[in-house]
Amino acid sequence: MAVKTLTIDGRPITAEEGATVLQAATEAGIKIPTLCHLEGVYDVGACRLCIVEITGTTKLLPACTTKVSEGMEVQTQTERLRNYRRMILELLFAERNHVCAVCVSNGHCELQTLAYSQGMEHIRYDYTFPKWNVDTTHRLFGMDHNRCVLCTRCVRACWHIEGAGTKNIAGRGATSKIITDLNQPWGDSDSCTECGKCVMACPTGALFQKGSTVGEMVHDRDKLEFIVTAREKKQWVAAD
Amino acid sequence: MQLDELKAIAEKHRSSRKKIIVRTCMSAGCMSSQADIIKKNLEAEAKAQGLEADVEVRRVGCMGFCGQGPLVGWDNSGEHGLWEFVKPEDAASIIAALKGGECKVQRGDPKHPFFAKQMHIVRANGGIIDPERIEDYIAIGGYTALHHSLTELQPAQVVEEVTKSGLRGRGGAGFPSGLKWGTVAKSPGAKKYVVCNGDEGDPGAFMDRSVLESDPHLVLEGMAIAAYAVGADQGYLYVRAEYPLAISRLQIAIKQAKQLGLLGAGIFESPFNFNVDIRIGAGAFVCGEETALMASVEGKRGTPRPRPPFPAESGLWGCPTLINNVETFANISAIINKGGEWYAGIGTEKSKGTKVFALTGKIKNNGLIEVPMGIPLRQIIMEMGGGAPDGRSIKSVQTGGPSGGCIPADYLDTPVDYESLTKLGSIMGSGGMVVMDDTTNMVEIAKFYMEFCMEESCGKCIPCRAGTVQMFNLLEKITQRKATARDLAKLEELCDMVKNTSLCGLGQTAPNPVISTLKFFRKEYAELLQPDPFGP
Ligand SMILES: Cc1cc2nc3c(=O)[nH]c(=O)nc-3n(C[C@H](O)[C@H](O)[C@H](O)COP(=O)(O)O)c2cc1C
Ligand code: SF4
Ligand code: FES
Repeated sequence: MAVKTLTIDGRPITAEEGATVLQAATEAGIKIPTLCHLEGVYDVGACRLCIVEITGTTKLLPACTTKVSEGMEVQTQTERLRNYRRMILELLFAERNHVCAVCVSNGHCELQTLAYSQGMEHIRYDYTFPKWNVDTTHRLFGMDHNRCVLCTRCVRACWHIEGAGTKNIAGRGATSKIITDLNQPWGDSDSCTECGKCVMACPTGALFQKGSTVGEMVHDRDKLEFIVTAREKKQWVAAD
Repeated sequence: MQLDELKAIAEKHRSSRKKIIVRTCMSAGCMSSQADIIKKNLEAEAKAQGLEADVEVRRVGCMGFCGQGPLVGWDNSGEHGLWEFVKPEDAASIIAALKGGECKVQRGDPKHPFFAKQMHIVRANGGIIDPERIEDYIAIGGYTALHHSLTELQPAQVVEEVTKSGLRGRGGAGFPSGLKWGTVAKSPGAKKYVVCNGDEGDPGAFMDRSVLESDPHLVLEGMAIAAYAVGADQGYLYVRAEYPLAISRLQIAIKQAKQLGLLGAGIFESPFNFNVDIRIGAGAFVCGEETALMASVEGKRGTPRPRPPFPAESGLWGCPTLINNVETFANISAIINKGGEWYAGIGTEKSKGTKVFALTGKIKNNGLIEVPMGIPLRQIIMEMGGGAPDGRSIKSVQTGGPSGGCIPADYLDTPVDYESLTKLGSIMGSGGMVVMDDTTNMVEIAKFYMEFCMEESCGKCIPCRAGTVQMFNLLEKITQRKATARDLAKLEELCDMVKNTSLCGLGQTAPNPVISTLKFFRKEYAELLQPDPFGP
């Protein structure tokens, strides 16, 4: 496997050819904020939080889908990027009804953690307070659309790790919605295998195990990674 | 099919032509005002007045002057004429007029600047041939460019000719077509595809619809030549479902071309195979974006994906794919027939050839025009378009639809080419040209386009999905006179962020109408602002 050398935030780094900037940075211990990225499923470059500046291009590129190349100079923490990231997070908080204080994922939420780490102090946009419902028709799990960030991690986990193809996305723009099967109540789904991988994949409190109360919903991401590593690398011990 | 057979078809068709041809526009615009009945009545009248042997009443495509429709044209021994605003009951007097009778129907003037200043490459056959008869297309030299390419040129020479022509993509971005063709040709892969983008979602744009309705074989021939050049054997024509007439004419055209062996296996008895299938889009604007379009062709949800990889390397089902706009393909036969150098002689240094525009809005002469690149906007708006109606004055011209901007009247002397329009903060776009007069409020215009982008955002990436909502809300607040300078600052900040961080072209250009109206008409925004209760 050919090796590429590049710099990230001025630090010289080597990475395998074909690796993404995000993989190279993570390996070198450089943290780039992500939201739609999930270890174990393919990347879609949708949340735009991982955008980086690359010398020689005027475009900002998502680290999760941009491949490393020889001599690449990457900046991950410029003032401009940090400002854009804060704006993206504020847009998310204003988009649906994210009320942390009463959320099952309070304290274990990637959106909340990102807001802290990116220095989001307030939301400069008007809340839109949309009307969304909660689907509690499934025997084991619930889906609260008010807390969904449309990262599609559940959809990808459902299709590409479990292979059930239950979760999907319907509609467009701000009215896009995660659906089960042909937009029917989750409890009526024929294809759902009740594996819970979507719940493990969800970054917020949108997908939850029934019975969890405020702050109790911890998403077990490692389990997903374990399954994928086992399958793809035939490696059956959990990485710690 | 061999060349002599093709020529025989052309000759037979030409020699059987009647003396007088009455051309009835049967494109969507005129069809909507009973053009089909007009044609039926004209045929019945020709019979009734005993002119059946001399008069052919022909179904034709768009003649361009759509605002004056329904249109009926005639050719008689080298002379031509045009009737405008024709009604079904006018048929008798129109036929009578062919023999010198009295006719009160409004006559069009073929020397009117609207026609005189045009230059036709893409629309050369529009309004002349019957789009539902392949013989008509063959009679004017159709499919000879494909024959020439297959028998006289190597694929690389076809690419070379397109490169020489300087043709740039007509779908909006203006990417050099020769370069794109060369990349697909060189991309490794046994299976390649050619895709024609006929999604045409810009509000006010109907250039591609008109080309597809008026001259479907021209597009098919362009696609076939492209397929030969890049090494593809399968093509897809993506047309939006809102264009049923274009779809049905394409279906007829594909069937006819297959019957004559001009599509399918072993075209012109060469080893070259090419099939074209139609894919019908369900009307999402974003499905015009190339990666979303390809996802849709594959049967998936039509959302864009990050590029690279570009379709030229990895497109449909991971194979190298050439994707061009309808108008881009419509230029190809002429380039092959007359040579890339001839084409490069038209237009400006960096913008070659002609461009079709849909001229609409507050303007006297609405319709479709094809003009050489580099023509000053003023000639299009004031001379061809006749300026604003009702004694009003022109305020601004919007080009490029929701991705473009508003050019103020002070800049009407700008030449219409890719670079000049970009420099003014607008874009060439696909050819929508919406004229606004002095009664138009520019903030409302910006809000209109933002609402369009908000509703058409696919929702995949956050800046576009949530950013357009907030920008629209801020614009609404401004138009309702409830906003302060602080809100305007927020709007500008969002424009910058959405432009720079969105995944695809929709989000990246959605702020353009706001940015450009702010640049030239900031006063109109300022007038609507309220004092900030919390101080400046
Ligand atoms: C939101 C969006 C909508 C688009 N819609 C169209 C369209 O309707 N027709 C089109 O030809 N190109 C459209 N494009 C441009 C295509 O992505 C692509 O660049 C084009 O089809 C390439 O063909 P060309 O090189 O011949 O212009 C659109 C792009 C974006 C970002
Ligand atoms: S920019 Fe808009 S249309 Fe394009 S991917 Fe993002 S949300 Fe979808
Ligand atoms: S993590 Fe890269 S775009 Fe979301």
